[in-house]
Amino acid sequence: MNAILKRETRAYFDSLIGYIFLTAFFAASGILFGLSSLQFGSTDMSGMYGGLFFILLVLIPILTMRTLSEEKRQKTDQLLLTAPVSLSGLVMGKFFAAMIIYSIGVCMTLVYAVVVSFFGSVSWLTVLGNVVGLELLGASFIAVGMLVSSLTENQVIAAIGGFAAMLALYLIGSISALIPVRFIADILGGLSFSARYNPFTYGVFDFSNVLFFVSAAGIFLFLTVRVLERRRWS
Amino acid sequence: MIEVKNLVKTYGDKHAVAGISFKANDGEILGFLGPNGAGKSTTMNILTGYLSSTSGEAYINGHDILEDPIAAKKEIGYLPEFPPLYMDMTVKEYLCFVYELRGCKLPRNTHLKEICDLVKIDNVYERRIANLSKGYKQRVGLAQALVGNPNVLILDEPTVGLDPKQIIEIRTLIKKLGKNHTVILSSHILSEVQAVCDRIVVINQGKIVADDTADNLSRELTADHKLIARIDGPKDEVIKLVQTIPGVVSVVADMQRERGVWEYNIEAVEGTDIRRELNRRLMSRNWYIMGLRSSELSLEDIFLKLTMGESVTEFLSDKADDLEEHYGEAEQ
Repeated sequence: MNAILKRETRAYFDSLIGYIFLTAFFAASGILFGLSSLQFGSTDMSGMYGGLFFILLVLIPILTMRTLSEEKRQKTDQLLLTAPVSLSGLVMGKFFAAMIIYSIGVCMTLVYAVVVSFFGSVSWLTVLGNVVGLELLGASFIAVGMLVSSLTENQVIAAIGGFAAMLALYLIGSISALIPVRFIADILGGLSFSARYNPFTYGVFDFSNVLFFVSAAGIFLFLTVRVLERRRWS
Repeated sequence: MIEVKNLVKTYGDKHAVAGISFKANDGEILGFLGPNGAGKSTTMNILTGYLSSTSGEAYINGHDILEDPIAAKKEIGYLPEFPPLYMDMTVKEYLCFVYELRGCKLPRNTHLKEICDLVKIDNVYERRIANLSKGYKQRVGLAQALVGNPNVLILDEPTVGLDPKQIIEIRTLIKKLGKNHTVILSSHILSEVQAVCDRIVVINQGKIVADDTADNLSRELTADHKLIARIDGPKDEVIKLVQTIPGVVSVVADMQRERGVWEYNIEAVEGTDIRRELNRRLMSRNWYIMGLRSSELSLEDIFLKLTMGESVTEFLSDKADDLEEHYGEAEQ
């Protein structure tokens, strides 16, 4: 797993995708920070953290699109799948590599908090909660993106498919409001990523939400492993 | 050691591999021979754990590739049909990655250096793989399979894309490796298999049609019914005379080797030995046999014969019948 983690992390910077992702992430978070906190002279950063949800919908697919699709296209999956490494080790290596790049982006938001702290008092616990929430949301989105990437050989399809899947997970909450059957609406509402993420931005640290994102990431990573496993049998 | 028992792989209702069993012993180079699409690569992909078999078992040094894949994969170095290279890495980075991926314990720099010297890529060690020629890419692929010094090497068409000099180098290398590794290599080039392998498994349409040493294969299938004879005598009359020998299918004058001495390719019906009769008849006309040898079947012939199955024999005996009829009429 370590070898894959190292190679993938390097590859993000060798192929420019890492730079593109981070540039876009810094730009987007900077704009959001400017529009919410700086413009109103407030130390409340929930506006930026809330807005980043939508930014992730677009940026995470860029991070995950080539993870597994490109291996298949270049036939390098033959090297990985015939090496003495378990499938879960392979998937986790790639997942953590994406998490490292993503986390570099998330850490940038801490810089904004430090900047604000010169002008007023910052509620550091809230900021920390937000960072944890953003990390968890990103982890589950990356897992979704990897699953989509494992299903195709084409990076572009992987990116668009990943975006569509994440959009669906975002919209699931709004759709649930339209469903007249209470029972189904409750289930869909419970699965809404935005409804689970928003409490973090209000400074509410609910452990059930943490558990939700951890399990979501776990499930999608598990499905990715299953997709790779199934490919051997088909 | 590699042991394969009744391996089957089906895609839908198509049998890519239909019940293959064979064994490759330690220190043996086993050649997989077959036309394109015969199931060579599929078999290799199953042996290395890239694909799963539909049924059957494969053991690598006693480890079942399905039950105990990690242990089995540790024993294998695999060069697939398309070398699995990361184009954005340098050769050095790539080999270091493979070294870590395989959890290799040997001293890294000296081990990688040895491999590079062995496959002669030390002069491109720092270059990006994307910029290498096909021959070098192939050799980097081979280097990758050697990392960690695995006991078993599985090489899928290892000399594809190389120039003749490189082909000879790689073959020599494989022969050298074969002394202390178990090697399976596939090819559809017959001379290659003949040159390198101790034993040959011929595969066609997912089935093994022959499994023997190269010499045995050619001995078993060769026979005294195909002769090359140098005969001192007038060409056209010699041909006429030889054709009257019972069992002769065809006589073709090949070329004049010496003054008045022609070389003839004589083919008789399989299982008949016409040499004595040939001698007797030529002597009676005072013509002389200046040289006589049986034309051994080349692997090409063997291959055609094995893959065409009975149809070759049928084809030949039909031809014999036609000729008999023809001469029967002529005599009347």
